[in-house]
Order: sequence, then C-alpha cells, then structure tokens
Amino acid sequence: MRLHEYQAKQVFADAGIPTPASQLAETVDEAVDAAEEIGYPVAIKAQVHVGGRGKAGGIKLVESKEEAREAAEDIIGMDLKGYHVSKVLVEEAVDFVNELYVGVTMDRNEGRPVAMVSTKGGVNIEEVAEEDPDAIAREHIDPAFGMHPFQARKVVYEAGVDREVANDVASVLTTLYQLWDDRDGADTEINPLMITADNEVIAADAVMNIDGDALFRQPEIAEMGEEAAEGDELEQKADEYGFDYVRLDGNVGIIGNGAGLVMTTLDLVDYYGGEPANFLDVGGGAKADRIANALDMVFSDENVDSVVFNIFGGITRGDEVANGINQALEQFDEIPKPVTVRLAGTNAEEGMEILNEDLVTVEHTLEDAVQRAVEYAKEVEA
Amino acid sequence: MSVLVDEDTRVVVQGITGGEGKFHTEQMLEYGTNVVAGAVPGKGGQEVAGVPVFDTVQGAAREADANAAVVFVPPAFAADACFEALDAKGIDLVVAITEGIPTQDMSRVYRKLQETDTHLVGPNCPGVITPGVAKLGILPGNIFSSGNVGLVSRSGTLTYQVVDNLTNRGIGQSTAIGIGGDPIIGTDFIGALEQFEADPDTHAVVMCGEIGGEDEEEAARYIGEHMDTPVAGFIAGRTAPPGKRMGHAGAIVSGSGTGTAQSKITALEDNGVPVGDTPEEVADHVEDLL
Repeated sequence: MRLHEYQAKQVFADAGIPTPASQLAETVDEAVDAAEEIGYPVAIKAQVHVGGRGKAGGIKLVESKEEAREAAEDIIGMDLKGYHVSKVLVEEAVDFVNELYVGVTMDRNEGRPVAMVSTKGGVNIEEVAEEDPDAIAREHIDPAFGMHPFQARKVVYEAGVDREVANDVASVLTTLYQLWDDRDGADTEINPLMITADNEVIAADAVMNIDGDALFRQPEIAEMGEEAAEGDELEQKADEYGFDYVRLDGNVGIIGNGAGLVMTTLDLVDYYGGEPANFLDVGGGAKADRIANALDMVFSDENVDSVVFNIFGGITRGDEVANGINQALEQFDEIPKPVTVRLAGTNAEEGMEILNEDLVTVEHTLEDAVQRAVEYAKEVEA
Repeated sequence: MSVLVDEDTRVVVQGITGGEGKFHTEQMLEYGTNVVAGAVPGKGGQEVAGVPVFDTVQGAAREADANAAVVFVPPAFAADACFEALDAKGIDLVVAITEGIPTQDMSRVYRKLQETDTHLVGPNCPGVITPGVAKLGILPGNIFSSGNVGLVSRSGTLTYQVVDNLTNRGIGQSTAIGIGGDPIIGTDFIGALEQFEADPDTHAVVMCGEIGGEDEEEAARYIGEHMDTPVAGFIAGRTAPPGKRMGHAGAIVSGSGTGTAQSKITALEDNGVPVGDTPEEVADHVEDLL
C-alpha cells in the first residue's frame, strides 16, 4: 500500500527528517494562498501515484502569484496518465547543489532488508541500477540486530558522499530504517535528498510503501491508505468484495481460484489467440454468494465479451460453485455475456450436474474451456 | 520413495482448535497421516478429532513424539508459531499454511532458519504430500497417485492442475511440495530440488514457477550444474503487466522489469529444462523424460 507524497513527508517530518515547508491544497485558491504564505519560488506537485510526474506536467515551479494560479489551474483536476488529480502539494523550492538517493527495501532474494545510498539522486533509480549498478552502495541489514550505526556510516561513505554532509546523511538513513522497521515498510525512499550550499540535507521527495499484510498493526497508516486509495471503479469494487483483482485490456473475463491457476488461465487465453480482460481470484473455499459476486464484477466490465470460469476444487467445492453460477445467471432474462465453465477436483461431478446448461457452456478440460471462451469473444466482436 | 514426508512422520498441528486447523486435521487423518498432537496455548488437555492437545510444541514433541509441525495459526501470530516450532527439540520439519504473514516477520523467521537444520516449507502454501502415505497441509489427497515424479510449485491450485494432468496419464508422484507464494519462504526451489535429486525413487521432477523474484532463475542454474534427475517446467504469469500483484504477495513483475515469466522460461530452457506452454504440454514433457 502506497502513501501519497504529502502523507509520507508528514511521517518523515514527524520522525525528524528535514523536509521543505509545504501545504496541501485541494482548490486553486488554497494553492495560491499556500504559495503566498510559503514565499516564492515554490513547486506545485500533483498528489497521484504516477512515476515521472514532472515530465508529464504534474509538477510546476512558479515564481509569482500569477504563475501559481496558472499552474494550480492546470494541475488540479487534470488527468495524469489516467489518474485524476484532486490534491496538490505546494512546497518551498529548495536551492540545492547536490542530489542523493537514500532508500531501504526488502531484498526478497536475500530474505532481509537492504539500505541503499547513491550520489546519483534526482533521477529514476531503477535506471541507475540497470545502467550503472556500482553507483548504488548497498548494505544488508541483519533483522535480528537492526541497522548498526556503523552500517549507516559505511554505506554513506561507500557511496562517495562528501565528508562534510556524511554524518547528516547517515542520520537521515538511520531514521529512515527505523521508520521502515516500525511502520512495516516495504520500500521507503528519499529521491532526491537535496544538499544545499550550506550543507543542509532536505528530503525533497518521499516514498513510503507499506506491507499490506501488516496493516492490522498499523492503524494510522491504514487510515492514510484509505485516503490515498485510487484506481478504477472495478478495482475498488473488488476491494469491497475482497477479491484479488487486476484489470487488463482484453475482452475475455476470467474467474478462477488460486493465484497460479488464474494466471495460467490468463496465459492460456493469450496462447489460444484471445486477450484476457482481468485477473480475478475468488480465493479458497468460495461459497455460492461469493461466486455470484465475482460474476457480477466481471459482467460489469463493459470490455468483457465472454467469461470463463476455471475452478480446481481443493477446499473449494464444485457444487457450491455451480449453485453460485446458477443463482447469478437465473436473475437475468437474457444472459449478458456467454459463460464457459470448467470444474475439477472436489465435488466437480456434482457441480457439473447442477449447472444449468441452458445458461452456461460446460467444458471438461482447462484447454477446451479457454478455447471455447476465446471463440465466443471473437464471435461477439465480429 | 519420497522426500520430507514418509511413514515415520508424526505431526503436531499448531492452531488445531481453530476452524481451519480442525477441518484439515480431520482431512489429514482421513488420508492416513499420523497426526499425533495439537498445540494451542491454554488448550492443553483437550482433544480435537481424537488428537490430544498440548500447550506448547515442545510438550507435543516430548510427550507425543511429534517430529513435524503444521502451522494453521492466524497471520498476526504465525511467525511466532514458526519460531516456536523451529525452537522445539525433535521437530525437523515445519509446514506453514498461513497466508498473509507480514514480510518483516518472515524476514526474522528466515534469519532464524539459517541457524537450524530444520526444514521450513511455506508460508502461504498448500503443504507437502507423499501420495498414499501422508499429507501435511490442505492438498486434496484424492487427485494424487503414488509414483516416481517429484513436484515443486509456488501455487496450490496450479499444482492440482498439473498433478491431475499427470495422474490422468497414469504418471504418479513421489512427493509434491508447495513452497508457497510469498516473497520470503523457507524451502525454495533449490531446496526442494536438492531433496528430489537425492531421492533414488524420484525419476523426474516438475517445477511450477511464476512471476516475481529470481528464485526460478537460480534454480535453473542449479539444475544445469548439479542435477542428473531430469526436470520439466511451467511458468505462470506470461501475460501479467509490470507493477501489479497477481494474487500472491510474491507474484509481481517489478517496475524495472525483473521477475518476468520470459526471463524464467529462458533460464530454464538454457539449462536443458523443457517448459510447457500449457499444463497438458508439461505432462507431455514428463512422459518424454521418463
């Protein structure tokens, strides 16, 4: 779960990491007032989860009241790579001489956290990692001990940070690690960490991704997350229903159980010449009403022309699934989109007997079911 | 004839008094698994499905001779349950079924694991089954059949699909290991492959990977350098867009493009592992390998 920049900055500032003076604004007037109060130059920054905000026109540097109004009018309400901008952060523009990168993340291959520092800040760090991996110094942290003070100093010096600011940068990194640890961080980073002519260090951006599985013990962060939630209507609906759902561009709707099998169903739709419209995992042990909700979700995606159900029952029972499908379809006078069903595993035989073949097409193998659903989608398209 | 689980496996179920724990204990017993104890703090002295419950895992190991633990404890307490099982003398296999354990908790468990000889399978996994002998976890026993093909997979239902394709052709399994879909897990692909390589009765292995991380790439190199037992592969998530988590916490192609299906397929093929485009094709490859 990702916080917005203004939220992450608040968390950083509360922990003692220096951040520029800033105010959140939701209207043009609020933004102009904030700019006047902070004093020019200020940056007006769209608060959406989009990489490369600046290049896409979501960040503007302004020198006067007129420019501030113009920029706020442009940015508030704009569509930034598909995301609607409803809030901007109005922020003191920092005059810097250097930009660093500082981050803490979980290295899943090593199973432990890693602290990273680079003097190539202010640019996309993933590109730096690709093109010039040696430009990023890394220090793995033993989770049993936490980060030793020497480790913070070591990674800062290894990165080649100037001695004059090294202690302050190490102190920011130490705080950042502590936040990562206390708040169940997944990735936390500051890019850029600006160094001014007076050797002050200031976090000019703030990224905080929190482990979604740890929100039960991070109530404050969970609340911020609800505020930061964005995404299309269907993805939000999926959250309400408690489905793992990802929307894609195609027209074959997919419902299944278990992440690996649903991914495989998507891959087979593609393999047989179709285009998957979504990933929808109903999870283990789904009962009839859950199955009906899943079908409702996929039907409400206007791009979907055909639906395939692929259930391999372990703890999920074929008869429950079949009842759910019948229930969901019987309420329609006319089935909105053709549905193909494949059931296997626990109580699959019973399920296939229950299914109303006036309403659905039943197939017996995964491959046949996917091919049938792809054919239906093509017929509808044609 | 198998790896990790055999006739001598004596199971303690952690969280046996919960809904899932109780249901799957009954299922495991029905399959023939030797479930000898449950462990739930404060519930010692009770019985669930005819199985005696102890307050601690150590008590279950000492009094009931349990040598393997299965964890059905809710996510907030599951890491502690893993620590308890790793700490208990006499327990040499821990299978963690729980989904949704915070990653930082698992990082600490993983750290502890490096200091012990105990095997941890999972978390967020369906478990381990040696067909006809015993199952530890939630796998549906009826689709498996006894034989010579080992199976290791990050996904539960995908495992069932591939096993079904094998069983329908009369190809049985020595042991199937669901290693789990989380970013940090105990036994990884290499850990499972080492077990199969050392088992004279496993004649071929199926490895089902998915997008995210680099475990499959490392396993591919291990297969190329160290394995005589032939391996067939399958990788799920070819159509997954970058930056989107596909159900499993670990199933995500990073923004910088690592963890893609293509990278894993290429690594496997470069090391002589045939990769099926469909589960049915995987079964074809296994038939060729045997």
